[in-house]
Amino acid sequence: MKRLMALVVVFVSFGMVSAQTELSLWYHGAGNQVERDILVGIIDDFNASQSDWQVVLEEFPQQAYNESIVAAALSGTLPDIIDVDGPVMPNWAWSGYMQPLNLSEASLEGFLPGAIGMWDGEVYSVGLWDAAVAMFARRSVLEANNIRIPSLEEPWSFEEFDAALETLQATGEFDYALDLGMAWTGEWYPYAFSPLLQSFGGDLIDRSSYATAEGFLNGEEAVAFGNWWQSLFDRGLVPGTSQDGADRDTGFIDGKYALQWNGNWAALAALEAFGDELLFLPAPDFGNGSTIGAASWQFGVSANSEHADGANAFIEFALQDKYLAAFTEGIGLIPATASAAAMTENYSEGGPLEVFFELSEAQALIRPPTPGYVVMALVFEKALADIANGADVQDTLDAAVDEINADIENNSGYGF
Amino acid sequence: MAGGMKTKTVRGRNYWVYIVLRYALLLIVALIFIFPLIFMLVSSLKPDLQLLRDSGSLRAFVPYGDISFDNYLAAFRRVPLARFMFNSVFVTAVTLAFTLVLCSLAGFAFGILKWPGKNIVLAVIVATLIIPFDTISVPLLLIVNELPMIGREGFKMGWLDTYHVQIVPFIADAFTIFLFTQYFRDLPREIIEAARIDGASWLQIYRRVIVPISGPVFATAAILKFLAMYNQYLWPLMTSQKEEFRPVMVGVQYFFQLNVAWGEIMAYLSFITIPVLVFYLFLQRAFIESIASSGVKG
Repeated sequence: MKRLMALVVVFVSFGMVSAQTELSLWYHGAGNQVERDILVGIIDDFNASQSDWQVVLEEFPQQAYNESIVAAALSGTLPDIIDVDGPVMPNWAWSGYMQPLNLSEASLEGFLPGAIGMWDGEVYSVGLWDAAVAMFARRSVLEANNIRIPSLEEPWSFEEFDAALETLQATGEFDYALDLGMAWTGEWYPYAFSPLLQSFGGDLIDRSSYATAEGFLNGEEAVAFGNWWQSLFDRGLVPGTSQDGADRDTGFIDGKYALQWNGNWAALAALEAFGDELLFLPAPDFGNGSTIGAASWQFGVSANSEHADGANAFIEFALQDKYLAAFTEGIGLIPATASAAAMTENYSEGGPLEVFFELSEAQALIRPPTPGYVVMALVFEKALADIANGADVQDTLDAAVDEINADIENNSGYGF
Repeated sequence: MAGGMKTKTVRGRNYWVYIVLRYALLLIVALIFIFPLIFMLVSSLKPDLQLLRDSGSLRAFVPYGDISFDNYLAAFRRVPLARFMFNSVFVTAVTLAFTLVLCSLAGFAFGILKWPGKNIVLAVIVATLIIPFDTISVPLLLIVNELPMIGREGFKMGWLDTYHVQIVPFIADAFTIFLFTQYFRDLPREIIEAARIDGASWLQIYRRVIVPISGPVFATAAILKFLAMYNQYLWPLMTSQKEEFRPVMVGVQYFFQLNVAWGEIMAYLSFITIPVLVFYLFLQRAFIESIASSGVKG
C-alpha cells in the first residue's frame, strides 16, 4: 500500500512538473556570476511558487545582447521574456519586438520613474533597479580650496562650478580638475552628458513632438553648452577623447583628477579608497535645473510570446522588494523602490550610497523615449567628440540635427 | 701579404657589423610583433588595479608585484571555457576538412581542367570576394532559419542552435578556391599529361599527383581558413541562441561588465590563443614555403 502511495505521489509530482509550460527568458548578464545567481534564485522561487509556468534562463553577454535580440526578431525566435536597456525599449516596441506589460496596478507603486519603461502611453518594461551619476569629490580638496560643498537643494551654479574647475586646475596638484569619462565611448556619452545639455536648456530632440531636433540640439542654449564643452578641453580642465581607459578607471582614486563625473556602480571602489572623505555631489545647475540620466536594464515581454500571461506573472513576481534589494546588495545598483532601498546596507537611510537614491528620485530625466533614440545617441556621441576635438560648435550641432531629422523622416516619424 | 691580411681584417669587421646590425633589426622587428603577446601574458598574471596602473609604462611587460594565476581561475569560473573551446575547435576543424577537400577540387577544376566558360565562372566566384559578410549575414540568417533538419528533437525547420549552421555556409569560399586555382595553374603540365598518358582518371590525378605535391598551398589555405573560422564572432552570435553552441570569441564579451575584468580578459585571451599558435607552428614551414614561392600573403 505504501509503495502504491509512493508511486501515486511520484506520478502526481511528475504530472505537476510536466504540466508547467516553459517560458524562455533572455538576459544580458552572461559572465556576471553574482547577477546570475540572484536571477536564478528568483527563477527558482517563481518556478516553485506555482504550477503553471517554468521559466528557463538563457544568458547573453551584454555587449552582444542587442544584436542577438535583433537576429532573433528577424528569425522569429524571440523568447517570451526579454530584458532591455531602458532607452532602447521604445525602439524595440516600435519595431514590433515587444508588447505592453499587463501588470497589476499595485505592482509599480513607489517605483522610481526611471525604472518604468513607457512607450505610446503604455508600460512596456520595468526595471528592478536604476542607475545614477554624481560628481565624485573629496571633502578635503574642496575645503582646502574654499569651494562650497553643494547640496541637492542648492547645487553648484554654472559660474560657481566653472570657477571651481579653474581653481582646482590652478592648484597644480592634479593632471586635470575634472574627469568626465571621455574614454568610455558608447552609451556613456548620451547617458552622462545629455543631462548637462538639458540643464543648459537644450535637448536631443523636441520632447513635445519627437519630430525634430531643430532648435533643441542646435539652438542658442545648445550652442552655449557646446561652447562651454569645448572650452573645458581648450582650457585643459578635462582629459580629451584620447583619455586612457585605465586612467578613467583609476585616475580619481590615484589623485590625478580632483573631480570625477561617474556612476553609482563605481562608488564602492572610490569609497574604499577615500572612506568618509568621499562626496557624491549633484549635477551642477547650468540654468535650467540639475539633471541626471535615468533608466537601466528592464524586463519586458516579447511581441510573439504565446504565453504573455505567464511572462507577466514572472515579471510581477520579480518586482518584490526582497529581489530588488538582493540585486542592489549584489551588484551595487539603485533599488527601484524606497522600501527596497530601506532593506539594503548601502542605500538605506544613512547608508553611504543613499544619496544616489535621492539623486535618482529628484533629478532623473530619462533619455528621449522615442524609437529614434538609438540613432540620436550615436549622432550625439560623435558631435560631442568632434566638438571636444575642436570642431566648430554651430556647424557640428547643425549637422547632428540634420542627421537626426533625416533619420526621423526616413522612418516616417517613428509613429509620432 | 700584409695587404691581403689587412683586407681580410676589414672584411671581417664589416661582416660582424653587418651581422650585428642584421640581428639587431630582426630583434627589433621580432619584439614589435611579440610585445602584444608578452603584454597579454604578463597582464594575465596581475590584479586589475596593478594592470591598469602599469599599462602606460614599460612595467606592463614585467611580471612583478602581486602576480598569480587568480585571473585564470576567475576566467574559468566566469565562462564555460571547455565548452566554448570545444565548439570553436570542432567547428573550425570540420569546416577546415571540408574546405580543403572541396575548394581544392574546385581549384583543380579551374586550374587544371579545360571546360567552356570556366573563366567566367571563376570571375563570378572571385567577384564575391568584394562582398563583406556583414552584408549577406541577414539574408543568410533568414535562409538558414527556413532550412529543414533532423536533430535531437526530431524533424524541425530552422538551423539555429546547431553546429552545422556555423559550418556549412563557410565550407566553400572564393579566396580559398582562388588560392588553389592559382597554385594548380603554375604546376608543370607535363606531370599531368604523363599521368593522363598512363591512363589515370582526373580524380586519380587529383588524388595521386596533385595533392602530394601541393603541401604548401594546403598549409596556407589551412592556416588562413583556421584563423578565419576560429575568429568567427558575428555569425555564431546571430545563430547561437543557446550557450552550448557558442565559440570562444563570443565568450570574450562575457568579461565586459560594468567594471571590466581586464586581468581575466588577458587570461582568457592567453588561453584561447594557444590553439592558434600550435596550429601555426605545426604548419609554419609549409606556410612560409608557400608565401616564398607564390607571393601569397595572409
